[in-house]
Amino acid sequence: MPDQARDGLVRLTIDGAVVESAAGTSVAVAVLNRGGLAAWRLRTSVTGSSRGPLCGMGICFECRATVDGRPHERTCQLPVRSGMEVRTDG
Amino acid sequence: MGEEANCRDVDVLVIGAGPAGIAAACAAAEAGRCVAVIDDNPAAGGQIWRGGPAKAGPESTRWFERLAASGAIVHASASVIEVLHPDARPPRVRTRSPAGVVEWRSRGIVLATGGRERFLPFPGWTLPGVVGAGGLQALVKQGLDVRGRRVVVAGTGPLLLAVAELLVAKGATVAAVAEQAPLGRLVRFAASLVLHPGKLLQAASIRRTIGPVLRAGTFPVAVRAHDGGLAVTLASATRGRERHDDIACDLLACGFGLVPNVDVARACGCDVRRGAVAVDDVGGTTVPGVWAAGECTGIGGLDKSLAEGRVAGLAAAGRAAEAAGFVADLRRWRRFAAALDRTFVLDRRLARLAADDTVVCRCEDVTAGRLRCHRSWREAKLMTRIGMGPCQGRVCGPAAEVLLGWSPEDVRPPYAPTPLGDLA
Repeated sequence: MPDQARDGLVRLTIDGAVVESAAGTSVAVAVLNRGGLAAWRLRTSVTGSSRGPLCGMGICFECRATVDGRPHERTCQLPVRSGMEVRTDG
Repeated sequence: MGEEANCRDVDVLVIGAGPAGIAAACAAAEAGRCVAVIDDNPAAGGQIWRGGPAKAGPESTRWFERLAASGAIVHASASVIEVLHPDARPPRVRTRSPAGVVEWRSRGIVLATGGRERFLPFPGWTLPGVVGAGGLQALVKQGLDVRGRRVVVAGTGPLLLAVAELLVAKGATVAAVAEQAPLGRLVRFAASLVLHPGKLLQAASIRRTIGPVLRAGTFPVAVRAHDGGLAVTLASATRGRERHDDIACDLLACGFGLVPNVDVARACGCDVRRGAVAVDDVGGTTVPGVWAAGECTGIGGLDKSLAEGRVAGLAAAGRAAEAAGFVADLRRWRRFAAALDRTFVLDRRLARLAADDTVVCRCEDVTAGRLRCHRSWREAKLMTRIGMGPCQGRVCGPAAEVLLGWSPEDVRPPYAPTPLGDLA
């Protein structure tokens, strides 16, 4: 897949669904922009609560997701790339 | 076992590419030194200039241009994992990035590690959609669409107003800005801005957009899921009686001020006093060869960061006399930092908002009730695992300090998540 679609949008897969996100946005934001408060459920805590991003700057680790097979990636510090596969645990 | 670290030699290693790091790098590189800047974000800019020149606004543009022209090299997406203490001064710093592990040797280090938000627990604060104030600002700058969203901004500090202004500019509705500091202190602080005309103009513009929804002496006491969104309960005291208001919203952006990031400084052996890296007039820490600048020496905003960055960069480049020449200018911004400190002192009631079943450590789901029977951070850490999760106490540490008066211990290496293969 080319690095960036011609219209400045990047196509990536989030939990099996293809999502479009502007080039330069973070993976966390691509997940959240799917819409609604449900999109903020990124991961499940050790006692089973849904959690979403808190700090936006890579220190809270609540935005963790598996990206291209790599677990525990801090998605707020990762720019979207064409063809990325993101799996959340929310 | 262990990948051989790629060794690099520079004159000045700047850790952090926010305004302080950028100013330090420019000063040192323009003085003729070989300068490398490392930052864990994908681009330079730190928090306030997140997104680089295209997004950060005109004031930042000339700084980014200056940085590009200076010859300093920025290494983005690079995190400090270890600080090594051979006999060499300053210490060697090991970083990892997608490109691999690097061991940096230098003649001077400038720590420009910035600050992070202080989060305080209250019932419901871990719900999805409850985000930091700076946190929401960062996400919006990363492209979060907030058009038509209704947001309550709460907590403390000038950051709340900047966040509210950004939200309005991006099409959100700000239902309320709840600042815990009482009105009297805010008015005195605003009056003191006459000493800093640039800030006064900024304040006037913010007042026009946000004035109508600002509630002083007000703080969140609970948030719950409600009708597909959230409902926030705000408490405020009028004439001695506490009043509660429920406000429906889509998001709650809440942060209680900033705390300096001092982990790398501690790892270098620098003294830390009252939570900030201890520095002399020109930014020298207690470790020879290590200087510090910006929010990590005390929360003081953009101007302090730029001024301290310049001074520390010159000092690290061996231009002590030139650095000393800018110290008088610096004092003005340090006075501003002290005024910030005094104005936004935390209301004591904030320490009691957490119920026994309110999570304090988000990584390990440790509740306030489980912590309250322990006598120290260390004891609580051993018994409950607070601080042992991925955030290593960066979120729960400042909260525990406010709630229980504990002083969290140092973060241990590796300072960022590191695959086994990257550790020698």
